[in-house]
Amino acid sequence: MDQQISVGVDWTACQGHGLCAELLPEHITLDEWGYPLLDGTPVHRTAVKRARRAAADCPVLALKLKLNTVANTASS
Amino acid sequence: MTASTSTSTTTTTTTSTTTTGAPPRLMPLYGSDNLASHVAMHGAPPYPAAGHLVRLLADAGLRGHGGAGFPVHRKLAYVAEAGRRTGRKPVVVANGAESEPASAKDRTLLLRAPHLVLDGLQLAAAAVGADEAHLAVEAGTGLAAALQNAAAKRARAGLDRLTVEFTEVPRRFLSGESSALAEHLSGRAALPRYPQPPVRERGVGRAPTLVQNVETLAHLALIARYGAAWFRSVGTADEPGSMLCTVHIAGRRPEVVEAPLSAPLRRLLMLGQGDPVQAVLVGGYHGAWIPAAHALGLRLSDADLAPYGAAPGAGVLAALPADRCGLAETARVLRYLALQSAGQCGPCLNGLPRIAAAFTELARPGYPAGVREDIARWAGLVVGRGACHHPDGTVRLVRSALTAFAGEADAHAAGFCRATDQTPLLPLPEGN
Ligand SMILES: Cc1cc2nc3c(=O)[nH]c(=O)nc-3n(C[C@H](O)[C@H](O)[C@H](O)COP(=O)(O)O)c2cc1C
Ligand code: SF4
Ligand code: SF4
Repeated sequence: MDQQISVGVDWTACQGHGLCAELLPEHITLDEWGYPLLDGTPVHRTAVKRARRAAADCPVLALKLKLNTVANTASS
Repeated sequence: MTASTSTSTTTTTTTSTTTTGAPPRLMPLYGSDNLASHVAMHGAPPYPAAGHLVRLLADAGLRGHGGAGFPVHRKLAYVAEAGRRTGRKPVVVANGAESEPASAKDRTLLLRAPHLVLDGLQLAAAAVGADEAHLAVEAGTGLAAALQNAAAKRARAGLDRLTVEFTEVPRRFLSGESSALAEHLSGRAALPRYPQPPVRERGVGRAPTLVQNVETLAHLALIARYGAAWFRSVGTADEPGSMLCTVHIAGRRPEVVEAPLSAPLRRLLMLGQGDPVQAVLVGGYHGAWIPAAHALGLRLSDADLAPYGAAPGAGVLAALPADRCGLAETARVLRYLALQSAGQCGPCLNGLPRIAAAFTELARPGYPAGVREDIARWAGLVVGRGACHHPDGTVRLVRSALTAFAGEADAHAAGFCRATDQTPLLPLPEGN
C-alpha cells in the first residue's frame, strides 16, 4: 500500500531561507515575507525523493515530512 | 440573584446564577470553598473502575471549556492508551491559566468551588492512570496560595490519591495554550511548540499528558457523581449541559454566570433592555463579532453560532453599545494580540503587527485607500501558519469585525465616525 507523504513546517524553527521552495516548487512557494506557503496536497510519488532532500537540506530542519494518517483535530 | 465576591482577585467581577431558570450546577451560592461543606454536599470523590469514567463522559457528551470544545472522553481515552502503549505513566494538568483578559470564569470557579476542580483532577488522573498531577494558574492572581491551602486540607482528610503540584504561569495570552503549558511544566519557556507529536502523546517530561481546563474538570467531578442523565437535564441533546460565561455589558461590572447550553444570547446579555447594542462579541479575543440584529435571535450553541464563525468557546460574551466604534474596539484588542505573539513563527511575527497597525488606521476616519485589502491579504497569510492557533483566532476576530462593522468602515472611508462615546468596553491587562 502506498503511503501518502505531505510536507509541514515547524514554524518555530523556520527562518525563511527559502531553500525548500527551490527544491520543491510544485508544493512550496514563498510569501511576501519569504516564508514557505505549502499547497497542502500530498507529495507525488515521483517527487518524494526531492521532498526528503528538501527536509534534510533545510538549514534549521524546519521542513517536516508527514505521513498522512486520519486527521485528528484535537488541539492538545 | 447576585453575589459579589470580596476577594481581591475578582473585585471587578460579580457572580450570579443565570436568569434562564436552570438550577446552579458548578457554582452553588453556599460557600463550597469550604471542604466540609463541599463533602457534605457532594461526598468524597467517587474513584471509578477503569474505563467507567470514559464511558460516562461519552454518554454525558462533555466537551472542553478552555475554548476548543473538544470531546473530553476522547482525550482521556487517548492519553490512557498512550500511557499503556509507551509504558510511561501519563501526567494530568488542570489548566487554570485563564490568559484571556476578558474571561474571569476560571478564577471565579477556583475561588468559589476549588474542591470540585481538585476532585475532577484526581478523578481524571485515576482514569488515565497518571502518576503526576498539576494545576496551573496565572501569576499575580493569588490563587496558587489559596489552592495549596485547600489541597493541604484534602490531604489531611485523605481524599486525594496524588499530590497536586501548583504552578504559576507568566501573565501572557499564550501561557494557557496546552503546549506552552507543557513546556513550562517541563522546565522550559512557556511558549507553544511544533504540535507534532501532540501534547497528549508527549507533553510534560515527555510523558503522555492530559490538559483540561479547570471548568471541564469541575463538570467531570459532578458527572462522576450524578451521572450522564443528570448532566443532560439542561442544554440540548446535541449540546448538553451548562457552562460558565463571563458577560460584559457597558457600564456594569463583568459578571460570571452559569448558563445552560442553548440559552438565548438575548437573555444573557439583556439585549433589547436598556441601551441599544450594535454587536456582540462571542468567544473572547479569539472569537467573533456578530451584529446585534442577528445575535438577538441566537442561542449559546455551536449550531446557532457556527454560521457566524463563532462558538460558545470559553464563554466570553460582550455587548457593544450602539454609540461606540467597533473598529476602534477591535483595533485595541488586535494591538494587544499582536504584542502577545510569541514571535517564534515568521508569518505570525510579520503578519499580526501589520494587521494590528492597519486596523488602527481603519479605526480612524479618512484612512488611506487599500487598508481593508491589506488586512484581508495578511489575514489570509497568517491563518494556519503558526505553531499554535493564535493567528487563526486573531484572524477570526479580524474577519468578523470587517463584516460586522463594514458600515462603520465605509463611514471612516468617507471621513467621518459615527461613534460618540470613546469609552473602551473590552478589558486589557494594564499597560496595553
Ligand atoms: C493562544 C491560546 C491560549 C489558550 N489559553 C487557554 C487558557 O488560558 N486556559 C485554557 O483552559 N485553555 C486555553 N487554551 C486552550 C488549550 O490549548 C487547551 O485546548 C485546553 O486547555 C484544553 O482543555 P479543555 O479540552 O478542557 O478545554 C488556549 C489556546 C490557545 C491557542
Ligand atoms: S528551507 Fe527551512 S528555514 Fe528555509 S524556508 Fe524552507 S522550511 Fe523555512
Ligand atoms: S503562531 Fe504566533 S503566537 Fe503561536 S507560537 Fe507561533 S509566533 Fe507564537
